[in-house]
Amino acid sequence: MTETFDNTIIEDIVVKLHKFAATQLPNDVSDALKTMYEQETKPTSKAALKTIVDNFTIADETSTPMCQDTGIHIYYVNIGENFPKVIGIEETLRKASVRATKEVPLRPNAVNPIVGGNSGDNTGNYIPFINYDFIPGVDYLEITVFPKGGGSENMCALGMLKPGQGIKGIKKFVIDTIINAGGQPCPPGVVGVGIGGGADIALKLAKKQVMRPIGERHPDPEIAKLEEDLLKAINMTGIGAMGLGGDVSTALDVKIEYAHRHPASLPAAVAYQCWAARRSTARIYPDKRVEYLTHKEE
Amino acid sequence: MAEFHFTTPISKEDVQKVKIGDVVYISGTIFTARDEAHERALHLAEKGEKMPIDFEGLAVYHCGPVVRQVGDEWEIVAAGPTTSTRMDLFEDEFIKTFNVNVVIGKGGMGDRTAKAMKEYKAIYTAFVGGAAVVAAKGIKRVKEVHWLDLGTPECLWVLEVDKFGPLIVGIDSNGDSLFKNVALQAQENLGKIGEFLGITF
Repeated sequence: MTETFDNTIIEDIVVKLHKFAATQLPNDVSDALKTMYEQETKPTSKAALKTIVDNFTIADETSTPMCQDTGIHIYYVNIGENFPKVIGIEETLRKASVRATKEVPLRPNAVNPIVGGNSGDNTGNYIPFINYDFIPGVDYLEITVFPKGGGSENMCALGMLKPGQGIKGIKKFVIDTIINAGGQPCPPGVVGVGIGGGADIALKLAKKQVMRPIGERHPDPEIAKLEEDLLKAINMTGIGAMGLGGDVSTALDVKIEYAHRHPASLPAAVAYQCWAARRSTARIYPDKRVEYLTHKEE
Repeated sequence: MAEFHFTTPISKEDVQKVKIGDVVYISGTIFTARDEAHERALHLAEKGEKMPIDFEGLAVYHCGPVVRQVGDEWEIVAAGPTTSTRMDLFEDEFIKTFNVNVVIGKGGMGDRTAKAMKEYKAIYTAFVGGAAVVAAKGIKRVKEVHWLDLGTPECLWVLEVDKFGPLIVGIDSNGDSLFKNVALQAQENLGKIGEFLGITF
């Protein structure tokens, strides 16, 4: 195919995705938080959950960012192999980040780690970070905006376990990580677990999992069972919403993915996403039709 | 889980009425201070210099707000709490020096601060992390701003608030800590978690 796609359309859509992500939780997340508020019996966590529900409700009604930390900008770009040629997608996404920072507005969160200083527009070296995948047999371009907050990111962990520690070792690593984190990553959040592959692969898989819809189970029944068991176990810690003590509100969900591992290694990674589990996705078709998968257009 | 409504100045007698797990709302005046403002305030006090405002009876809020300047006025856009444990380095001296009886933040504070709260009769209260919209709703206006040279997140914002909260009492004036109790309970729960998952901790 020689036809090239108009990038200004993509830029406008991505700016809109930023506004959606910052101001409205996807329905699966808001519904899960509301249900949790109803089910929690410990008054301290229940009070925190009430504030969380009030907060995202007002944020939605007033189109205001639901948290002052509007995250570092991460994109997931799935390119349908039959989608027209796109030139300069990276430049387009960087421009969208700069525009969204002004227009939503978003907090500037890109700091130079060597010499200090905030770039002021959410762009910098490798930021926004863009993940690309090619999707065979489809004709659309799918873009996900994934703003990632710092407080929950600080509680992510990688364990290079010994293969002999096995699944039991992984379970222990996950629970230890959650207990160590306590209220710091703003629970109840989504816990992503990546197993195998290598250090980077495990972390990458873990992080990608936190974008899966709440309640959705892995297609492999064995992994699905592990997700359910770890979710139950994490909530048994009693940490609760914001670490205030609660019996059902330490985590919204646990999502697991694995890659085959090297015989000598068993990497296990935990990625944490806070209660403000923000994400927004759009599919763009060759005829410029747009489908928002996570949010409704007004 | 009782509910209390305090208006500044908040006395030591007031804060002694509340226990961990209670909910507090504050009306009146609060001020923000993160790491650098704590450090500067204590440094100036050591040299015998006066603070830009009298902190006594006010609440200190661990917060670096997102602000917008409209003409000569400052507007608070988002004002959720920041992680309080970083201020464990200063808070005992801060409470003692300035008679600040209420600390607002998130995530709890350590033993050193809890000890000081018991000794000087102060409380730590937690606001929900990230709940920036609810927080901004309780803030009526910026009364004053000082130490802007520290940057807008780190400087001293003096805020007029109305029913600011809900604030959940995390450390009370007996030095009891809700966060410590939750952490100890989590350790105790490891036994049954291990049994459920078929592992040992």
